[in-house]
Amino acid sequence: MTAVTTPAKPRKSLWARHKIFETHSIVLILGILIVVSIGGLIEIAPLFYLQSTIEKVSGMRPYTPLELAGRAIYVREGCYNCHSQMIRPLRDEVERYGHFSLAAESMYDKPFQWGSKRTGPDLARVGGKYSDEWQLRHLINPRSLVPQSIMPGYPFLAHTELRYADIATEMRVNRASGVPYSDDMIANAESDLRTQTDPDSSTATAFAARYPKAESRKFNGASKELTEADALIAYLQMLGTLVDFKLYDNKANLR
Amino acid sequence: MAATERTMTLGEMAGAILCGAFALAAVIIAGLTHHAGYSFHMLVFAAAGAWGCFTIINRAFDGIGGIEPLEIDGRPNYNMAPVKFATVAAMFWGIAGFTVGLLIALQLAFPAFNLDLPWTNFGRMRPLHTSAVIFAFGGNVLLATSFYVVQKTSRARLAGNLSPWFVVLGYNLFIVIAGTGYLLGITQGKEYAEPEWYADLFLTIVWVTYLLVFLATLWRRKEPHIYVANWFYLGFIVTIAVLHLGNNAAIPVSILSPKSYIVWSGVQDAMFQWWYGHNAVGFFLTAGFLAIMYYFVPKRAERPVYSYRLSIVHFWSLIFLYIWAGPHHLHYTALPDWAQTLGMTFSIMLWMPSWGGMINGIMTLSGAWDKLRTDPSLRFSVTAVAFYGMSTFEGPVMSIRAVNSLSHYTDWTIGHVHSGALGWVGYISFGAIYCLVPWLWKKERLYSLKMVEWHFWVSTIGIVLYISAMWVSGIMQGLMWRAYTSLGFLEYSFVETTAAMHPYYVIRAMGGSLFLAGALIMAFNLWMTVRGHQRLEELPAGSPTIVPAE
Repeated sequence: MTAVTTPAKPRKSLWARHKIFETHSIVLILGILIVVSIGGLIEIAPLFYLQSTIEKVSGMRPYTPLELAGRAIYVREGCYNCHSQMIRPLRDEVERYGHFSLAAESMYDKPFQWGSKRTGPDLARVGGKYSDEWQLRHLINPRSLVPQSIMPGYPFLAHTELRYADIATEMRVNRASGVPYSDDMIANAESDLRTQTDPDSSTATAFAARYPKAESRKFNGASKELTEADALIAYLQMLGTLVDFKLYDNKANLR
Repeated sequence: MAATERTMTLGEMAGAILCGAFALAAVIIAGLTHHAGYSFHMLVFAAAGAWGCFTIINRAFDGIGGIEPLEIDGRPNYNMAPVKFATVAAMFWGIAGFTVGLLIALQLAFPAFNLDLPWTNFGRMRPLHTSAVIFAFGGNVLLATSFYVVQKTSRARLAGNLSPWFVVLGYNLFIVIAGTGYLLGITQGKEYAEPEWYADLFLTIVWVTYLLVFLATLWRRKEPHIYVANWFYLGFIVTIAVLHLGNNAAIPVSILSPKSYIVWSGVQDAMFQWWYGHNAVGFFLTAGFLAIMYYFVPKRAERPVYSYRLSIVHFWSLIFLYIWAGPHHLHYTALPDWAQTLGMTFSIMLWMPSWGGMINGIMTLSGAWDKLRTDPSLRFSVTAVAFYGMSTFEGPVMSIRAVNSLSHYTDWTIGHVHSGALGWVGYISFGAIYCLVPWLWKKERLYSLKMVEWHFWVSTIGIVLYISAMWVSGIMQGLMWRAYTSLGFLEYSFVETTAAMHPYYVIRAMGGSLFLAGALIMAFNLWMTVRGHQRLEELPAGSPTIVPAE
């Protein structure tokens, strides 16, 4: 019996094997999808389950309704285009702005506002650095206080009435994706929003219990109405004030 | 045109009904919402839907359009009208985007330009500038060239009857909604992803249609192989879809509110954002425009691509490595160090495929270098590739953490972006448009090659002024922030560093105005070309007479 040998197929080079991508568009698309997925999956997915991603801190709470409304104005006016909210652990930044920012401090931020450019200074810990009066005048005309400033003026904020009809729904939407607003907070959203600018009202104690460390006062002293400046200044004045760094254990959160 | 009525195709009926239903839904929302800006947007949607519905039906009544033959006399019956539209739109948005760029540059030099009004302040204008140049100018260039290239390299008519029009018109409608939204204060507050949920949803539909039109055209190809430029276009279209969906995952407050909240928060949102943001650079501004390089440079130089194997390595390594680079935007932030290190490592590795691609593009000119002297539109393309090489070298340097600690948050980043955006994206687009316009409008040559020369030199001086001003101001600001006195105190207050930037901001605005002036020269030149004029001028020996590509 004679063995019949089939002639060995010439070995295709790796380059020739690439032909399958060049001749089948769907294979090419699948190839692209697989290749571009790897990096994203490896860099993003662990951030959701590695415990060390967000430090354990005490003091973080969701934004009060007024602060949330103020944050929306901060986002609307595009403040993030010029102001970062992320202090890096570098000597000069810590001296200039305060303790470096923790991931925990922006854990309720939707979207995050870390920013990418400092045309103006970092605002991560601007809370309490200036008076409400200073903030208001500075928003109206930055150069009246800082002559060399190149910030735009926002005089319209001081007399534009704040619209907050949607505030409870907005908090509900935040809760749907992880911000721990309680039923109580949502039910009292509108009243809490007004209460924060009126510390003498009867609901002030309940408000303070719901939002520890929240400061209540009329932030825009120039107007009797509840204005957009009230909300924005309330937000600015709480930035970076929630975590008490006297109690914060840096070593416990080394990663 | 034969003005006989014809019956509508099934697709046209579906299109007319969808447009009508869309218009109706938009009108209802416009009536119910309490947000003036959102109501305005819904009315724009409604007008567009009603116009679409009317136009589709009217075309059938007039006997225009319908199913066109795929071939006439054995030659592909190319569908170039949507390409023409996108080309004109690209020029329009380019000039609009450069103008807004100049305006915001002036605002930084002279804050009075903010006018202290809500609609004109820097915070709202800057996203208008970035979106106008990236998505409106760049996007239309990509739409125009991809629809051109896929037809020519497949030797097949663009797939679909209404769909290509839906893609170009729908995309530009998205641009209008996005841009007017920023001015009205409707924004998600994520850089380069500012449009709100309803604009994002609309864009998703447009984008999926874009992918399908592109793919279906590829399926008609006469060649067994898909040309390399089309790999890059596919990589761009598919990956941008993935990035768009991932980064814009949001819950609307209600269907009657323009506002939404991103489902991610804080550090995860930051990672998602820069995974998106850096790959908007990697896939929109790089892969898409590399596709332009891979078609227009060989075509114009009349030489094959330098190395086919290098194209294969370039393609896969570029798309694999780019995706990882995002975290270099988050050095020293609260993002965990392991992610920052990965981002830095891959950014440095990215230097290799970037330069591989640059070499592949530039070496395509081997044996045709003389064309640089005689063909100013090829000069734009090749200078673009050189700028690409420069900014893809600078990028990895800036992604090194120690360098980044200085460059981050400063104008150095702005300078880096603009050497890529003006030098690479702008120039490769200008080169392609200078080729496309005579081809599309079937003109023998451009109105004036001298004007192309002027455009080239005016805008090159503009770019050099821009990027060198930003290098100086960026590095200076970074150094001033970290400067200490001999007594150990911070030497400068923040506002002193701001004041020191002023002269560089003025120089930057001058650079920007030169770049804009160049684009205006271009627009005039193209306008005269389309109108069929030819300026009498002595052409350098060996100048190309431009014939429509086959």
